[in-house]
Amino acid sequence: MIPSLEQLSARLADLAGAMPATATSGPAPVPPRSPVQPADFAAKGYHLDVTVAPGAVDSAAGILDQHGFALDTITGVDWIAQNEMEVIYDYFHAASPLRIVIRTRVPRDHPELPTISAVFPGANWHEREAHDFFGLRFLGHPDLSPFLLPEDATYHPLRKDFSA
Amino acid sequence: MTAPPDIARPTKPQETFVLNVGPQHPAAHGVLRIKMTMDGEFVTRAEPILGYIHRMHEKMGENRTWAQFLPNTGRIDYLSALHYNHAFVGVVERALRIEVPPRAEFIRVITSELNRISSHLVWWSAFLIDLGGMTPLLYAFDDREKLLDLLEGVTGSRLTYCYFRFGGLCNDIDDSFIAGARAFVAQMRPRLKLYRDLVTDNIILRKRLEGIGPISAEMCRKYGATGPVLRGSGVAYDVRRAEPYSVYPELAFEIPTYPAGDSMARYLVHMAEMEQSLRIIAQALDKLPAGPVMGKVPRVLRLPPGDYCFAVEAARGRFMVRVVSDNKDIPYRVKLRTPSFSNLSLYEEASRGMILPDVLALLGSLDLVIPDIDR
Repeated sequence: MIPSLEQLSARLADLAGAMPATATSGPAPVPPRSPVQPADFAAKGYHLDVTVAPGAVDSAAGILDQHGFALDTITGVDWIAQNEMEVIYDYFHAASPLRIVIRTRVPRDHPELPTISAVFPGANWHEREAHDFFGLRFLGHPDLSPFLLPEDATYHPLRKDFSA
Repeated sequence: MTAPPDIARPTKPQETFVLNVGPQHPAAHGVLRIKMTMDGEFVTRAEPILGYIHRMHEKMGENRTWAQFLPNTGRIDYLSALHYNHAFVGVVERALRIEVPPRAEFIRVITSELNRISSHLVWWSAFLIDLGGMTPLLYAFDDREKLLDLLEGVTGSRLTYCYFRFGGLCNDIDDSFIAGARAFVAQMRPRLKLYRDLVTDNIILRKRLEGIGPISAEMCRKYGATGPVLRGSGVAYDVRRAEPYSVYPELAFEIPTYPAGDSMARYLVHMAEMEQSLRIIAQALDKLPAGPVMGKVPRVLRLPPGDYCFAVEAARGRFMVRVVSDNKDIPYRVKLRTPSFSNLSLYEEASRGMILPDVLALLGSLDLVIPDIDR
């Protein structure tokens, strides 16, 4: 079953529409934009850029799972100036060239969002790594103990205010 | 799987013990540790414990310029360095819309495919040592030596290549390289037949691999496994075709797949891929255009703000670089999505209930490079 871009955009737009439409607060607010944006693959390396509320990342994973997508990776970006953490989920499809990006933002001092490891067991390791590097807390994750970092590590080295 | 009668079960049921494989263990190919919970000779849980060679390349990416990070990419999967070079130069070229001269793209493909063969030869040697066969290594390293000499001539290194540049290559190839590459293709074809006769069709090897460690296409999808692991589960997914880059669309090659999903299928995918790589190299040498090997590149690299992705088919599967730029001359974020990480993540589920010698065969068939997992 190979999904079409339109079909996916519509389903993910429903999801994004369900989120509260409050723009994220901060010193430099992101300009308002549509939550589902097609992207030029040649320029960006993906086809669809979807912004959802933190609580909807697992529903988004569920939709993509139904359409036969596989999880590429999960990672964070520390936007320290906006006091936010961005969490990015990359998906690819083994039978179609479609590449989907799901992104969300959580407050830097309260970086919590649901795990998607129940949908994609492969997310377990990616989320553990994102917890190591950024201190992101994935609620419902079976084990967020240090993974690539030493077993007694309490620091998160990819936070922009980390210094060794 | 029904167990042979002579395999030990503990006398008391439900009594388990913990067996650590690694972090220094010949079957772990480097510093991978696997904490195995054993029920007699049966594995009830095999938990990979990572981080013994974690170097935080992603942090290094945030404190040096785009060009200064390029040598790091050859040190993540050290057996597949040129593919990793390719992904990183690719993402910068994509963001800055740098045109790469066709000659440079053809040379990138030729050297990348040579690199893929040398990587597969190391995997083949190490895997067969895991299974108790020492001799194939002596043959494979003889062939690999020719490859390393060839690549050393143009790149200056034998392993951790840093040959590609944003917009092209640091050196053009010369006639002696072309002659050497043609000679290699001619020599390697009969050698692959020899490998098949000596090893692939060997009954002992087949008994060790057939039906061992089955991985379904669905399990691959759920864990994001790619490369020979996914193609050994019958899925014809190859980034060179799925997200075409460089001049691969101009070259004819097949994506070898084997549907069985067992360790033998993954073995056969690797062997068939070497033949396809030879085919690609021969075509690219024939089509190699004349011209410059370096395009027009700005003196100071500053990527427009935003994020950019670029994926390549590395020797172990899909390698993806995701960069975030804030318009400075150093990256804001570099994310490295490595195939070995995702391919190993299914190990715990795939190995459950198998006996110890078989889980080691399964581990070897996943073709892991530990620095590629730990980064």
